[in-house]
Amino acid sequence: MSADPIHIVRNWVTAFFEWFGELALFSVRVARATLTVPWEGREFIRQMDAIGSKSLPLVALAGAATGVVLSLQTRDSLTRFGAKAMLPAVIVFSLIKESGPVITALIVSGRVGAGIGAELGSMRVTEQIDAMEVSAVDPYKFLASTRVLACVLMLPLLTLAADASGTFLGWISSTLSEPVTFRYFLHSGLKDAMLSDFLPPTFKTAVFGLIIGVVSCFQGMRTRGGTAGVGRSATSSVVLSSIFIILADVILVRFIQVFFPS
Amino acid sequence: MTTITENTKSEPAEQDASQTPLIVSDVHKSFGSQKVLDGVNLTAERGQTIVVLGRSGTGKSVLLKLIVGLEQPDSGSIRIHGQEIAGLESGQLNEIRKKIGFLFQQAALYDSLTVEENVQFPLNRHTTLSDAERREKARELLSNLGMERDLTKMPSDISGGMQKRVGLARALALDPDLLLFDEPTSGLDPITAAEIGQLIMKLKKERNLTSVVVTHDVHGARSFADRVVLLREGKVVIDGPFSELERSSDPFVVQFLKDAA
Repeated sequence: MSADPIHIVRNWVTAFFEWFGELALFSVRVARATLTVPWEGREFIRQMDAIGSKSLPLVALAGAATGVVLSLQTRDSLTRFGAKAMLPAVIVFSLIKESGPVITALIVSGRVGAGIGAELGSMRVTEQIDAMEVSAVDPYKFLASTRVLACVLMLPLLTLAADASGTFLGWISSTLSEPVTFRYFLHSGLKDAMLSDFLPPTFKTAVFGLIIGVVSCFQGMRTRGGTAGVGRSATSSVVLSSIFIILADVILVRFIQVFFPS
Repeated sequence: MTTITENTKSEPAEQDASQTPLIVSDVHKSFGSQKVLDGVNLTAERGQTIVVLGRSGTGKSVLLKLIVGLEQPDSGSIRIHGQEIAGLESGQLNEIRKKIGFLFQQAALYDSLTVEENVQFPLNRHTTLSDAERREKARELLSNLGMERDLTKMPSDISGGMQKRVGLARALALDPDLLLFDEPTSGLDPITAAEIGQLIMKLKKERNLTSVVVTHDVHGARSFADRVVLLREGKVVIDGPFSELERSSDPFVVQFLKDAA
């Protein structure tokens, strides 16, 4: 006996729209909780540490690796086209405009998204979130809004760290082949840069932070099905955050080109 | 004239309702096509311990979740001190929740906080006590439950029975007048289960608390229940003292007691 394909598609479509509907309701509830007093200052600071400070080494490492790879890969190509002098600018612009923000967001979505999904999922299945509600504490405020806000604020800062470490390691990689001072490297890289090259791509990561925070908290807080459900929430937090980050990046890049032309 | 008579009649009734800690009237609840509660009525007077018995899946825990507003009934009324809780805004509901203590089946301690911090959690949010006063109150509650030596331990480092004690201390932190217990003795050895039963009786004596205890523990129910409510397929089969349960000739009740023995 085979399942009716129309029935399967109908269920899938219903589940798809239900998910978006629930996500929208969740987002409204978190936004309302974020904007109303009292604020959970202590928990917010704890989350900024967990999401920001503790992600810093990984993000810096990823940024550094990107800087090195950019330096190694582009040197040959630029030499071939007689544009070797452009190497610092190519590394700096690539990092600031695209590689830094996207790599930071994907790294944080892996580390923080999975953590939030698993932590809140575990709290859901062990009734800790219910216990919080019963204690007359709003879990949307205490758990979700603090994490979402911390993600939004920390992503641009982490992106700056990734940009900085990428630029520095890009210079080291470059100077090992052909010695130049860091000052000269930076000057060459930034001489044609404007604020519009630098600020919009950095601040677009706040949107990536919003995506990571909202999606991970949502997936975590709707966890069902014991420890297997916690695993599913952790995985889906990362997968969905990453997909939405990539889609948002496409839209935001076009938005920046239109509203902040170089 | 009629109006005056009606008013005179209804005033004492209103007063009684506002003084009764818990009145559940004709509550229905379904999840999808599965009917869980089917017209449940239950009243808990001040200082009474009501034990809700029944097989697994008969809606006992759902009843507690409805009472505390974690779930909403499909129909019917739930009144805490005369105030209807169904459909309340979260702010109003939270005000009522501050007067209700809830001990979860697995204690539901916050696993990122220590034992002492767990008990301080509601105090930090809902009292104007100083840090020192909150700490003192948490320690006093834990000490009364024999947990004074485990203040700095994490929930994962203590046994199930100890977790239940900490959960109970947390439930008592805001001096509630209605306590809800979800399977307080499940998963515990008989000695620890008896200790938890004694704690329930101690609380009743010392604080004159109203309690609703959902349990499978018929032996415990005999010792601490003022009234027993037996649920079967979402309906109340018996609501009375334990002796009424023992006297019943209903085949379901007889079989239930036999299985529980």
